[in-house]
This record gives sequence, structure tokens and C-alpha cells, in this order.
Amino acid sequence: MRIIVVGCGKIGTAILSSLVAEGHDVVAIDNIPSAITDISNIFDVICVCGNGADCEVLKEAEVEKSDLFVAVTGSDELNMLSCFIAKKMGAAHTIARIRNPEYNDASLGFMRHQLDLSMSINPDLLAAKELFNLLKLPGAVNIESFSGRSFEIAELKLKDGSSLDGLSLIDLRKKFKGSFLVCAVLRNGQVYIPDGNFVLKSGDKIGITAAQNELPKILKMMGFTGKKAENIMILGASRSAYYLSKLLINSGQSVKVIEIDRDKCLEFSDIVPEATVIMGDGAQQELLLEEGVTSTDAFVALTGTDEENILISIFVSSQNVPKVIAKVNREELSSMAQNLGLETIISPKKIISDILVRYARALQNSLGSNIETLYKIMDSTAEALEFSVSKDFKYVNIPLKEMKLKPDTLIAGIIRGRRSIIPSGDDVILAGDRVVIVAANARIQNLTDIIR
Amino acid sequence: MNRRIVFNIIGRMIAVEAALLLLPIFVSVYFNEACVTAFIITALIALAVGLGFMFLIKPKTQVIYAREGYAIVAFAWILMSAIGALPFVISGEIPNYIDALFETVSGFTTTGASIVPNVELLSKGILFWRSFTHWIGGMGILVFIMAIIPNFTDRSIHIMRAEMPGPIVGKLVPRVKDTAKILYLIYIALTFLQIILLVLGDMPLFDSVIHTFGTAGTGGFGIKADSIAGYSHYCQWVIAIFMMLFGINFNIFYLVLLRKFKSIFKSSELWCYLGIILFATATITLNIRSTCAGLEEAFRLSAFQVSSIITTTGYATANFDVWPTLSKSILLLLMFVGACAGSTGGGLKVSRVVLLFKTIKQELKNMIHPRSVSTVKFEGRTVDERTVRSVGSYLAIYIVCFVFVFVILSFDRYNIETNFSAVAACFNNIGPGFSAVGPAANYAGYSFFSKLTLAFSMLLGRLEILPLILALSPATWKRK
Repeated sequence: MRIIVVGCGKIGTAILSSLVAEGHDVVAIDNIPSAITDISNIFDVICVCGNGADCEVLKEAEVEKSDLFVAVTGSDELNMLSCFIAKKMGAAHTIARIRNPEYNDASLGFMRHQLDLSMSINPDLLAAKELFNLLKLPGAVNIESFSGRSFEIAELKLKDGSSLDGLSLIDLRKKFKGSFLVCAVLRNGQVYIPDGNFVLKSGDKIGITAAQNELPKILKMMGFTGKKAENIMILGASRSAYYLSKLLINSGQSVKVIEIDRDKCLEFSDIVPEATVIMGDGAQQELLLEEGVTSTDAFVALTGTDEENILISIFVSSQNVPKVIAKVNREELSSMAQNLGLETIISPKKIISDILVRYARALQNSLGSNIETLYKIMDSTAEALEFSVSKDFKYVNIPLKEMKLKPDTLIAGIIRGRRSIIPSGDDVILAGDRVVIVAANARIQNLTDIIR
Repeated sequence: MNRRIVFNIIGRMIAVEAALLLLPIFVSVYFNEACVTAFIITALIALAVGLGFMFLIKPKTQVIYAREGYAIVAFAWILMSAIGALPFVISGEIPNYIDALFETVSGFTTTGASIVPNVELLSKGILFWRSFTHWIGGMGILVFIMAIIPNFTDRSIHIMRAEMPGPIVGKLVPRVKDTAKILYLIYIALTFLQIILLVLGDMPLFDSVIHTFGTAGTGGFGIKADSIAGYSHYCQWVIAIFMMLFGINFNIFYLVLLRKFKSIFKSSELWCYLGIILFATATITLNIRSTCAGLEEAFRLSAFQVSSIITTTGYATANFDVWPTLSKSILLLLMFVGACAGSTGGGLKVSRVVLLFKTIKQELKNMIHPRSVSTVKFEGRTVDERTVRSVGSYLAIYIVCFVFVFVILSFDRYNIETNFSAVAACFNNIGPGFSAVGPAANYAGYSFFSKLTLAFSMLLGRLEILPLILALSPATWKRK
């Protein structure tokens, strides 16, 4: 597929990298020559230097032939304008990054309609939603939810002395009654799609699928915290902090925000009056202790600098705060941060590139089964995909044990109406179901790809 | 430095060379010649070496950077020539290995300088291989490998940049692999077209194929002592026009296929190239008119020679060594200008010359208005400062290497005119020079040391100097 990406900043580069890896023909546009030169050295894409809203530049990028047009420059207005022009010039689908909160209210639908946008993405809002999800279930390292939030995958880290250490998955089933499935295990950087004889060890990261309302119970049974965080401290009054605070306050949790800049503090307390806003340098340990970091349930570092987020989070972890989350945008830093002991890291960049990969894949398959959701899970070593099953699917009404699946693929869940089913060998797939697949080492394009 | 991947890719290149040797094997089997054993032995050696490299040296990672690209290209070309020289020696037709190496390097770099006193004595299989090296070297063997091998490496743009001539290498489509494929398809299509046109002009098929290889790669190896002069006027015109075509940036042909004629009109490099050809042809026609039978002959001879020299092919229909000094000077200048970037030709490249003149203009303006700020524009867009600087420094390195080779040659027995034109003809990948290395003579008289130096200068010219120098400098190989 032909995809044009305007803006080669942090997010743009992440999108480029995942789209090229997916095998698309990508054209990159940026108006900074040095950024474009770097991109041409690293990725196998065509680079065009110029303004993404300039017709001449778009013509050179052959926008009329493009299947997807993505604008992710730093400026919302430029993104909207270039998507508008690209659509008028013949781009099939357009996606713009719009992150200013003023545009992200009721007017968003109107604008999307008028500009004929296929999708608008707001990394800060998406990050906030993901953070909110995590804070509901602090025991998990990462949570991804599927259609209608009825079904979730939680990633858990088995600490030393965990009660699961040494258990095989069959024993696990016997020991903990409840409907859940261990769908993936990450051990020493290697991902496994386990069968019943797989033995868990401490240090593993495991992925568990379960219905959303069951998950807290299952986690608690296994010895993880099942309670949601009530007191949350946020560092940095950034846009994602704003969205996150809104979400938390609406669900009755209490929020304290620390910000160094006076004007930002004022603005923040103006738009989120329910939050406690503290002006001060979050890098000062004294300040954090004074504001009672030791007694909070969770700490979220959302400043603009990765390094600051990592270092402060490490300090806070040492103060026995139960849940510490750092926002880290640069991939190389996030793996280092994990080595330093930070379990939960969130990266808006990754969230967005997941969404785009899913969108591109969904556009690509004209076959009956469509990708509804796609997440890269277990540190991007495996994928979790949700498909809706059409009438044309050949394996409808066949018990799962009779289907021959490819190695390293697993049917992790079936969503039928409002009911989520953790499948066993006797379950069947029906037309109209949504099926969640977990796959490693394979690119699943549509549902039939999982059959051998 | 990722040495493993360097050797692994070179191994694949040698294996592909072994496969390419099948063609001369077929030819010599067809003509029932003894040299077939020489090709089979060489192909087996190449296969053994290539597979050995491929399977014994497994790369740990596929990632390459600019320096790996340079190293791959430099060593691939050296090894390719070393192996390609074997059939000449084994068959005994060029008994000395250094002579054979000179001939092969001259072939792959599309120079066309020869040390064979009488080409008409060589067997057909050997002649075929000699010209086929032009065709392989013209577009570049690594570009070929990129086009045919799946999952080559993500960053093959570095290899493409190092192998393709010109200051800026642009991709036609987002993927390097597809770009390489398109380039080779255009190259193959033009090659077949020329063969057909020549056969229609009553040139024997074998001769047509040989001369098309020489034209396509802008090489210049022929099979007759008098080069092209003995063929019909029609064939001469076909070859003259195709030489000119192969000197054009291949991106232009792609634009023609896409019917983007407007972008072609904007290509200032193309217009400069055609303008230079027109101007040089007109001047030489007037200059040699008195020595020719008529205006038609003067025009035909000058057009052929100009087209042959500016594209750095080196075919001849006249002994231009006996032409008046003005004509010879113009030809000598054309040797340095060379063809367009992104073509199969050599020389400095028209785009570099244009950029150099634009920089000079900018510098002069800057001296008059010291506070003036301006950028250099080329083909309707601003050229970034690093490219402008790299063109300037390329010229400097070019001159330094040129002088170096020239001084080494002075130890030999020829006069200054011969030596200067020999260096110019080898460095710019043309072939024939003036005087003792003119179109009617050859390079056999040089000592082995001079031949090696000239062969090295051909490689320098084809790969545009930097890859070879960088690959041979110790800093590139330091374990850092």
C-alpha cells in the first residue's frame, strides 16, 4: 500500500519505522532537510523535503496515488490543512494528529466531518486513557482492552518468590478456578506462546486474557494487587496530565499535580479545579517527600523529558510506592529503563504506531474478516489482534480442537455479543463473533492466516 | 564496522558472477570453441569462493551504515575483476595475468582501454565475455543483486549510493529494491531495442550483441581493429544515438514511462548535456570539414565521436588523433565533463559541472556583495550546502588522484600528451586517448606497473574515488 507520512519528528519516525516493517511503500515529507536526510539513511522510503500542505510538494509525493495520508507534524493546524488538501487531491484516506484540547471537544466531530478526515489521533488523550486503565489495575504492567472493553489482556511480571513460580499451566488451571488464559510468556527477551505443559518461572512476564470484570479477582487470587489506585501523584502539567486528571477525577480518584512552571500551574488549576496543583521542581526529592509521595498509591511521571521521567521514577520506586509509571518516548531508553527496574513504561509513540499499523492492515484486507484492534504486546514481541468474523469464514462452527493452527498462534478469546468466552477445545467460532488472536513471529493479515 | 555482512554480501556477488559466467559458456559451446573449459573452471572457482563466503561468514546483524556500503562496493569490484580476469589467462588468449586484469577492470569499469594488439584474433567466447563485462559494470553488479535477491538488507541505499555515479542518488519508488528493478528493466529494454535495430541494419547478430553491450555500458570494447568505422552509416547512427541515450540519467526514462513530460522539461542536467553535445558537434563539424569528403561526412564523424567521448564510451569511426588541435581539445574537455549522473557513463558528470559553475557564480557574487546570502539552485530546488561542498571536495580529490597517477606514469617511456590523455581516458572510463594510446593504437606498450596504476585509476573513476579510498583507509576498519 502507498502511504504518505507528513512530519518526521518522534512520532512520525515511529510510524515510518512500523509501516516500513509492515511492508508498505512509504513516502516521508518534512520541511527540515537534515531530518529528511537522516530518514533516508535509516528507512527504505522516498523522502520529499517541503511543506506538507503545499500542493507542489504533495504532487511530487504522488498524493493522488496514495491509499493513506498521515499528518503528524507538531502543528494541529498544519496537519488538518494538509489532510484537507491531500483529500481534495485524491488521497483515499487521511489521518491527522490533533492534540490541542480546544479542538478535542465537541467541535472535533464537526471538524472531522468538514475536513473529511478518516480518523483524528490525539496521542496525549490515548496515553491518558492507557494510563487510566493501568491505574485501575495497578498489579498489571500493561493492559490492553478489546471491543466494548469487555475483554482484556493484562501483562504481569512474576517477581521473585511469586506463588506462580514453578507451576505448569495445567497446575495453574487446577489451582486457580476462574476463566482466564495465559496467552504469552516473555522470558529473557524471547516470547513463547505456551501450551499446558509450559512451566512458569519467576522473572517471566506473562500475558493473561480474561473478561474485564473477572480480571481484578483473578489478579488478586494470584497475589497481585487487585485494588485500583486512589491517590495519584502526577509530575508535569502536560496535555496528557490534563486528560488523565479529568478521567481520574470523574471516577472519583484524587489527583495531585507537580509542575515547575507558574503559568502552567495556573492554567492547569483553572481547567481542572478539582486537582491539587503544586508549584515546584519534581526533581527535588525533598519536595516529593514533603508532598507525601510515600503515601500515594501511584506515581506517574509525565514531563517532556524522558531522562527526567526515568530518574525521578527510579527514586520514587525506591520509596516503596506501589505503582510507578514513567512516560518514555525513545525506544532505546525504555528498554534501559526496564533494566533499571521500572516495570511500567508508557510510550505515546508506540500507541500511535500500533493504531496506524492496524488501520493500514485493515485497509489492506478486502476479505471478509476485518481487523478491529491490534496491539503489540509483551514489549512488541507478539501481537494481539481482534477480528470480526463474517459469514464467509470457512471454519465457522468447527470445534477449536479440530482446527489446525499455525505454530505460535493462539485463539485467546471469543466475544459473542456481550459475553466473553475464554475458549476451550470444544468451543466454536460463529459468524458475527469477534475473535482475539495472539501471535508471535507471524504477520496475521486476516483470520484465515492463523490456519495452517 | 560490520565486517561479516561486508564479506557475506561480497560472497553473494561472487556467486552471482558465477551464474553470469553461464552466458559466455553457452556462447563458446555454440561456436564450439576451446575456451569453454576456461569459463567452466572460472565459474566453479567463483561458485566455491562465493558460497564459501556466504555460508562460512554469517552476519550477526543486517544493519549497515555508509562505511559498510563503501567497503562492500570497493571490495566487490576488486574481487569481481580479479575473478573475471581468469578466463583470459586460463584459455591462454591473454597469457599474462596483469594484462588480463587490466582488460577485465577496463571491461567492468566500462572504460574500454585494451592491451590486446589484434582483437580479431580472439575467440568469440572470450570476445563475448570481454564485452559482457561492460554490460554488467555499466549499471553496477550490486544494483543487480539488490534487484534479484529477496530480503537483501533494509539499508541497501548505502550500497546503491556508493555504486551509482553522481552527486545525489535519488530513488524512483519508495523501495531501493523496486528502484533497482526498474533501472535494470529500462537497461535491458534499451539493450534489446538496440540489438534489434542493429540486426535490422544487416549487422551480424554476434557483432550487434557485442556492440550493444559496449554501447549500453558506455564501455567501448569492439571486435574489429577499426572499431565501428567498417559498418554501414545506418549502424553508425544507431550506435551514436544509443550512446547518447545511455549517457542520460535513467530517471528521465522512468519519467518518460510515467508520461511526466513536464518534469523532463525541468531537468536542467538533460538540457545542458544535450546543449554541450550540440555545440561540440557543430564546432567540430566546421573544424574538420576541409578534411572530409563533404558536410554529411563531417557531421556524421563529429557527431559519432562527440557522442562516444562525452558518454565515455570510446568507440571510434575516425582516427580523431589526426584531427586539428581545436577538435582534439574539445574532445579532451568532453572527456572530463562526462555523461549525466545516474547514467552508465563516467567522467565528472554534467550535474557536477553545472553545480560547480553555479557555485563559482555564487562565490563571485559574494565577493562583490560580501553580506549577500544566497543558495545554489539546481533543477528548480535548493541544493543543500553539504552537497555543494561535497561537489567541490570531489573535484579536489579528483585532481589530486589524477596528478598522482599522472606522475607515476611519467616514469614510463611515453611523452606528456600520451600520458595525460591515457590518464584522462582511464580515469574518466573512456578508453582511447591521443597519440600512442589513440583510437588506432592500444595500451600494450605500458609497463606492468603502469598498467596496474591505470587499472586502479579506472576503478577510482567508475566508483567515483571515495568508496575505494575509504575502504582502503585503516580508520574504516578500526574496531571502534
